[in-house]
Amino acid sequence: MSPILVGIKRVIDYSVRVRVKPDGSGVVTDGVKMSINPFDEIALEEALRIKERNLATEVIVISIGAHEAQQQLRTALAMGADRALLVQVDGPVEPLTAAQVFLKLVQKHQPQLVILGKQAIDDDNGQTGQMLAALWERPQATYASKLELDGARARVTREVDAGLETIEIDLPAVVTTDLRLNEPRYIKLPDIMKAKKKPLDVTTLAELGVATPTQGIRTLKFEAPPTRSRGVMVKDAAELLAALQQRGVL
Amino acid sequence: MNRALVIAEHSLGKLNASTAKCVSCVQGIGEVEIDIAVLAADAGALAAEAAALGGVRRVLTLERPENVEALAAVWAPQLAALAGGYTHLFGPSTTFGKDLMPRIAALLGVGQISDVMAVDSAYRFRRPVYASNAIITVEAPAGSIVVATVRTASFQPAAGGGQAPIEALAVTATLPTHTRFVSRSAANADRPDLQTAARVVSGGRALASAENFKLLYQLADALGAAVGASRAAVDAGYAANELQVGQTGKIIAPQLYMALGISGAIQHLTGIKDARTIVAVNKDSEAPIFEVADIGLVGDLFTIVPELERLIRARQ
Repeated sequence: MSPILVGIKRVIDYSVRVRVKPDGSGVVTDGVKMSINPFDEIALEEALRIKERNLATEVIVISIGAHEAQQQLRTALAMGADRALLVQVDGPVEPLTAAQVFLKLVQKHQPQLVILGKQAIDDDNGQTGQMLAALWERPQATYASKLELDGARARVTREVDAGLETIEIDLPAVVTTDLRLNEPRYIKLPDIMKAKKKPLDVTTLAELGVATPTQGIRTLKFEAPPTRSRGVMVKDAAELLAALQQRGVL
Repeated sequence: MNRALVIAEHSLGKLNASTAKCVSCVQGIGEVEIDIAVLAADAGALAAEAAALGGVRRVLTLERPENVEALAAVWAPQLAALAGGYTHLFGPSTTFGKDLMPRIAALLGVGQISDVMAVDSAYRFRRPVYASNAIITVEAPAGSIVVATVRTASFQPAAGGGQAPIEALAVTATLPTHTRFVSRSAANADRPDLQTAARVVSGGRALASAENFKLLYQLADALGAAVGASRAAVDAGYAANELQVGQTGKIIAPQLYMALGISGAIQHLTGIKDARTIVAVNKDSEAPIFEVADIGLVGDLFTIVPELERLIRARQ
């Protein structure tokens, strides 16, 4: 048996209405609620369930980002993770850099599984899991809605455009989570107290031997999306049909 | 001169419409020679379809038995081996392309631009972030290959009428056996495809059961429309997961989108922003869906939907 690594990203909470700053330099983050990326919460829940079935030795949660991401790692520890590592980086982290960080940690911890969210709800890139699998030269099972472990193999059901696809992969492997994989547990108060005693280490890219990219993809500006305006209201099906005909849609 | 390689997506022996949209996106970078790569066990008919797309220089086929299913771990090493000499490597932002392209990018040691929605220049693109609550302009470093996925709803398919030559290639790449295809559930084949349909009828939690979703199917049949669903309806088990429209489901751009009993969560609106006409029927007049609807109707969908179906059939 071996550990499971889980990625935890600190993002603007999904319920916050994100607004672009007037100067186009980013989005408003002052006083905005921050949370664990929802897909990462699902990843952690899946890892915890595997450990609870005695199929993993421990669950290690890893975040790459600002000092404040320790809050999200503490939440992950309260959910049940055994220990946490923050790779402290100021400023945005490109998915390729994140994958290089995970590769270093995979070489150190020799996990059977790395479970990541299929995407983070801030940059919506959806790349890190696939990139890690490429660098690690191991299988990837993206958009997982069901994960069944069978010794040195896993059978994964994936949510794809055509419906559901099932693949079989050898372990170790990277799995990325879709919404319907599980429903993450709620945290109980005693767990929050217990989490304060669990180990949370902090390291840096330099300590891990990951180079800071000098020539990545640069974000030049942020803009608010074009808005649609409210249209006409009709009072019954017949009027609706007439309005559709008037617009030339039918 | 830019040289672009577009990765063809296909299923059941047919080219997916996303391929023609990727070609159209790539044409936006200006001076460019476009090749299409077709990976398959038997590429014949697929390559012919790709060769008929307008503006394509040549179609490259990589035929091997291992390419029968689009497993990223199997396809990526072959495409990475093929990428030398290209300035751009583009695939669709469908589950196929989103799974495959980052694996290729990492093998090439470069980043990826996800969900390109507009092309400003060969190295400058626009893409949505924060569930489309912001649009960012990004710049890839000139001098290294640009790997990107294309948000297909943002582009019209490239025109037909092409006659590109087809070349069979063999690349030397060691293919892993650690990932094996098992099965795929058959999507409903006798209905228009949700991703590309001109008309979509979509239902939400207010439908209250899978049984009631039949009302939607009947209206969709009368309209020749595809059926979609909100995340809430899928989570509740009223509709299959592949019908989900929205940020984490499908992003679509039909001529007509009818949202029936869908409140209009931001994640759902993200998926339909590019629809030409949005119709909303909801019993809650305060539902956010009405803020984006071109035509709104407050009322009970269980009476309105059958009535609408009757009126549409009466016209035909």
